[in-house]
Amino acid sequence: MLSVNNLTKRFGGLLAVSSVDLEVKEKEIVSLIGPNGAGKTTLFAMVAGFLKADEGEINFEKASVVGLKPHQICQLGMVRTFQITQPFAGLTTLQNIMVGAYSNTAQTDSAKKKAEEVAEVVGMTSLLSQGADGLTVAGRKRLELARALATDPKLLLLDEVMAGLNPAEIDDIVTVIKGIRDRGVTIFLIEHVMKAVMNLSDRTYVLNDGKLIASGTPSSVAENPQVIEAYLGHGAAEAMAEGA
Amino acid sequence: MMSNFRSHLSFLLLGALGLIILPYFITSRFYIDVLTLIFFTAYLGQSWNILGGYAGQFSFGGVMFFGTGAYVSSILLTTFGFPPIFGIFLAILGGAILGLIVGYMSFRSGLRGSYFALITLAFAELLRVLANSVEFTGGGVGLFLTYAPGLSNLQFESPVGFYYFALILMFISIAIVYWLESSRFGAQLVAIRENEDAAEALGIDTLRCKIYAIMIMGAMGGAAGTFYSQKYLYLDPPIAYSIHLSVEMLLVTIVGGMGTIFGPLVGAFVLHTVNEIARHFIDTPGLSLIVYGLILIIIIGYLPNGLIGAFKKKEKKSESSSLDKNQSREEP
Repeated sequence: MLSVNNLTKRFGGLLAVSSVDLEVKEKEIVSLIGPNGAGKTTLFAMVAGFLKADEGEINFEKASVVGLKPHQICQLGMVRTFQITQPFAGLTTLQNIMVGAYSNTAQTDSAKKKAEEVAEVVGMTSLLSQGADGLTVAGRKRLELARALATDPKLLLLDEVMAGLNPAEIDDIVTVIKGIRDRGVTIFLIEHVMKAVMNLSDRTYVLNDGKLIASGTPSSVAENPQVIEAYLGHGAAEAMAEGA
Repeated sequence: MMSNFRSHLSFLLLGALGLIILPYFITSRFYIDVLTLIFFTAYLGQSWNILGGYAGQFSFGGVMFFGTGAYVSSILLTTFGFPPIFGIFLAILGGAILGLIVGYMSFRSGLRGSYFALITLAFAELLRVLANSVEFTGGGVGLFLTYAPGLSNLQFESPVGFYYFALILMFISIAIVYWLESSRFGAQLVAIRENEDAAEALGIDTLRCKIYAIMIMGAMGGAAGTFYSQKYLYLDPPIAYSIHLSVEMLLVTIVGGMGTIFGPLVGAFVLHTVNEIARHFIDTPGLSLIVYGLILIIIIGYLPNGLIGAFKKKEKKSESSSLDKNQSREEP
């Protein structure tokens, strides 16, 4: 569904993303993990059209999306959420979600209906008339998810929708994401919460210093010495092996 | 909010009817003229409101559409004898095309916030200098239009004629914004105002929407230009492209309430009334302007969301406090 080849992005002398290849297949939940500053969000921004790649190809459903604007990519069926939530603060939850729903309909009534349906899916029905600026962190994360979902995407790019949530809230949102996948939406997500990554993903890619260092099932990746070193520092893998 | 508004519809129609029959009760030419001016400013404020209040793109050069529209219909009239009743449509077209040009150039290059505001100011100034230096605008001497009352000239013997002309323009502007409030396009503009990146991510062609918004503003300003030149029968560059009018249209909207249907009308009414009262009661020349300025500072300082915003907030507060008693808010 989504395939990325040799994707590279430089910020001045810094190689933020370096020749990354990855693939997301239909109906999969694929996660992208890595330490802070590894280039995950940069990669997402390029895929969604917010940043121009310096090199490489991005194909969505076998057609290149390089050079397209974010709204065009959204219309094709690939939509992103933001790590730092970007609600339409002056609007209510319902109005926020309706903006997403309007991408498929010009009718106010059907946009409203769609928004209410989506709110049900993400569990925001009771918050519909509340102003987005009054939502809690968990509420805002859900709102990001809801707005994106209202555009009827084929592929959802979720950028840390669980950051800042407590364990109970994380369990809730994991259920929601699984539900979305069961409705036929493919999901590609960036996440730090390992419990959720293990629980959700079919496959995982690990990014460190802009390079892919591992990929595979979540459990195989978690045991990969290179991954352990990336997270815990040089020598950590050995120390852990000894300790075990 | 919308259903709330609809339930007020009969009340609004009554208000509209009141304004329609008002001239039958007011015989004073002075009051008719003041009301005409209020509607005219409210109309221009509404044009500013669409781009500034709804789409969040503040312009300091809104007068450029007014001036261009005024020149289009006036030059067509003086040079070709083209009747203003048709000329006003070309003025509308001219304003829209100018909007397209300015919008494309500034939004395409990603100008936002104060940069966009300044570039519109620069465009208005540029057009003023241009109008001064080319011949077909009459240059600094200006254009004199002949007084020949009649519908085809959009000139009226009685000031009541212009009262209705301005009232119709204002009604149309309110209808446009009323449509915005309940349409997809309006929702997209508001989304752009609230967060442009998120709007773009959710499939909104932000560039196109912003250009449409400035074209609507331009079209409306164009019609205002024809109104003005047919009422006052004289046009020169300082009038056509006066900074004062650019400021006035944003002022009435900010004072009344940006992004609201009736903000510009309320603002225009309050500001003109304050202005007239200050002028009436204070004899010392210039002092009335100071009083006017002080009142302005107080309104903007204490009511950052405008008069309508302050009213809405009060309503919301009483609503939510009654809600809190019934059910506690969901806290995770």
